[in-house]
Amino acid sequence: MEPRQITLQIDHHFVTVPEGTTILDAAQKIGIDIPTLCHIDLKGTCIRNTPASCRICVVEVEGRKNLAPACATKCSDGMVVRTSTLRVMNARKVVAELILSDHPNECLTCPKAGSCDLQSLALRFNIREMPFNGGELSPRKREYTASIVRNMDKCIFCRRCESVCNEVQTVGALGAIRRGFNTTIAPAFDKMMSESECTYCGQCVAVCPVGALTERDHTNRLVEDLADPEKTVIVQTAPAVRAAIGEEFGLPAGTLATGKMVAALRELGFDYVFDTDFAADLTIMEEGAEMLDRLTRYLGGDKEVRLPILTSCCPAWVNFFEHQFPDMLDIPSTARSPQQMFGSIAKTWWAEKTGIPREKLVVVSIMPCLAKKYECDRDEFKTGGNPDVDYSITTRELARLIKRANISFTLLPDMEFDMPLGASTGAGVIFGATGGVMEAALRTVYELYTGKPLGNVNFQAVRGMAGVRRASVDLDGFELKVGIAHGLGNARHLLEDIRHGRNEYHAIEIMACPGGCIGGGGQPLHHGHSEVLYARANALYKEDAGKTLRKSHENPYIKMLYQEFLGKPMSEKAEQLLHTHYFNKSC
Amino acid sequence: MSEIKLPCDIIGKVNAICSEHGDDPKELINILHEAQHLMGYLPEEMQRLIAGRLGIPASKVYGVVTFYAFFTMTAKGKYPISVCMGTACYVRGSEKLLEEFKRVLGINVGETTPDGKFSLDCLRCVGACGLAPVVMIGDKVYGRLQPVDARHIIESLE
Repeated sequence: MEPRQITLQIDHHFVTVPEGTTILDAAQKIGIDIPTLCHIDLKGTCIRNTPASCRICVVEVEGRKNLAPACATKCSDGMVVRTSTLRVMNARKVVAELILSDHPNECLTCPKAGSCDLQSLALRFNIREMPFNGGELSPRKREYTASIVRNMDKCIFCRRCESVCNEVQTVGALGAIRRGFNTTIAPAFDKMMSESECTYCGQCVAVCPVGALTERDHTNRLVEDLADPEKTVIVQTAPAVRAAIGEEFGLPAGTLATGKMVAALRELGFDYVFDTDFAADLTIMEEGAEMLDRLTRYLGGDKEVRLPILTSCCPAWVNFFEHQFPDMLDIPSTARSPQQMFGSIAKTWWAEKTGIPREKLVVVSIMPCLAKKYECDRDEFKTGGNPDVDYSITTRELARLIKRANISFTLLPDMEFDMPLGASTGAGVIFGATGGVMEAALRTVYELYTGKPLGNVNFQAVRGMAGVRRASVDLDGFELKVGIAHGLGNARHLLEDIRHGRNEYHAIEIMACPGGCIGGGGQPLHHGHSEVLYARANALYKEDAGKTLRKSHENPYIKMLYQEFLGKPMSEKAEQLLHTHYFNKSC
Repeated sequence: MSEIKLPCDIIGKVNAICSEHGDDPKELINILHEAQHLMGYLPEEMQRLIAGRLGIPASKVYGVVTFYAFFTMTAKGKYPISVCMGTACYVRGSEKLLEEFKRVLGINVGETTPDGKFSLDCLRCVGACGLAPVVMIGDKVYGRLQPVDARHIIESLE
């Protein structure tokens, strides 16, 4: 049944909304932007935090004695709401001043400056002095992990990170502990995040309104490496970066900035600008071969083989199953992530071709992700202590660096990636959106399995933003069943099913972040606007549609790599350089 | 993992308590209440055990344990000392008395001496305001105390 429509008045404007709508959403519908702080509701995804605790969004409702929080008050028929009376504005200002009274005055050096929601509110409410002194919370823990920096002095207890970590991702690493002035947000037993179940997905960082949770910054290190004439510094860019970097320079969400991004990286001084999409194509070759191998053995009656095969591109997802599902470490594909495949090939095949010694070669990755930073640090991806990928910086860090280097991003010409590691197909590009890895795999697996050319390469059924999606693909009479999950909470449901023998799939793609990498913890902040994520995904599908080659196995440089160096997928050399193994990390 | 390894019978008892409450996360506070009686406190391992049984993150259990003053994560001493900080005791100098206990024992509120003999806590009114300031040690009430009495009491218990 359709919900009843009700009409109310907000600031002299009439608005009709379905029953159950909050004042906040009704106001938004008619362009009245009520300020919020603790509240976040990324519509169309599962990211929500609605505790109604900060009281920044209070409004006056006629006939009601107290001010009402707009985020939690439902509209009623005939309601009269005022969002900007003197009483409302004063109340909001006092609330903000009280929050500021216990917030460090470090805006000048805070990594969140310029994109901090609290700072924006202080500006918007015209706060020019700090009227409240006195009680301050005792100094809190600071922690630098490989991926995330935690500075709890700046925490305002909006609990967004806690909601995301517990309800959305079901990781359960962060929670509120103690009470009153001693409250803080921390892992169990006040341990370090590095000793907890944290997957470094970075979704807590993506929703933190202030500078309490930020990324581990490597830009200074990069500046030094770029200035070192002894070093050859090469870069790989993840698919999702090109669809989001433009936002940091005022371009609308969903602007494809591939060419300008390449130009900016050249301006910054990278010796070669390559593409992680190349390695994404390589991933499909290896993961696809593994999938076919397992499938053929399974259909041949081999009882040893376990299905479904799970993708392993997402490092936060890898951390998640290592911590939470140690009994199922043999199910995910052993294929390394594209980032690591790139590093491995760059420091072997490419380094040999160009004659650059490993120790003078610095491989940097630009990622939409925080878990990638941790992934670079994993011991199994090092040769004699030298990492395959030296370090990873986020889309946000790259944007800061471009600004720091006086580069006018929007005025740059479009440039092309360098060859051979910059060559990619459309299949590699869509890795950045949820469902993209599966779609790319299907394009290749279909042709390899059936031996026939694939007519329509667009698998619409695996696209979209639903948390869990399923699709069947006809492989010449064999019905291949695939599943897709994004967000670790959705992944957990699928994994619990598999654990209890209720599995209907042959293959499953999992991405830790809602929307896939386009919604990663290292991306420009969405500030609660989910349309930003949709626009980024569309941009990737647009880039894919515009490519001549759209199947990974048709990438000519991938073919060259196998001919010259690897032999064939899952060869001994490929196993050694492109595959990995997993560890039991349960607490 | 915590260094404390729970004895087998305690593990069995914690599991039994969880079962009695249907392994229901909504029963967390009741379960913690009963579990604390087993050893007098809630060690990390016990909290992890309960979290596992109820299918909730250990951070959530720890959050509840640290929120409520009743729950404690430190083993109480053989002689648990509680200084009353209720209004009557406070105005008659219980704060100075508490400071003296801290000084003599060399521990803070919520801590236990390394030899496991004494632990120090505060409480709010035991209904003996006529004897203010009041200290409870185990089940015994000591009234009308002066700071100098702290050392005497401790020595008498040693």
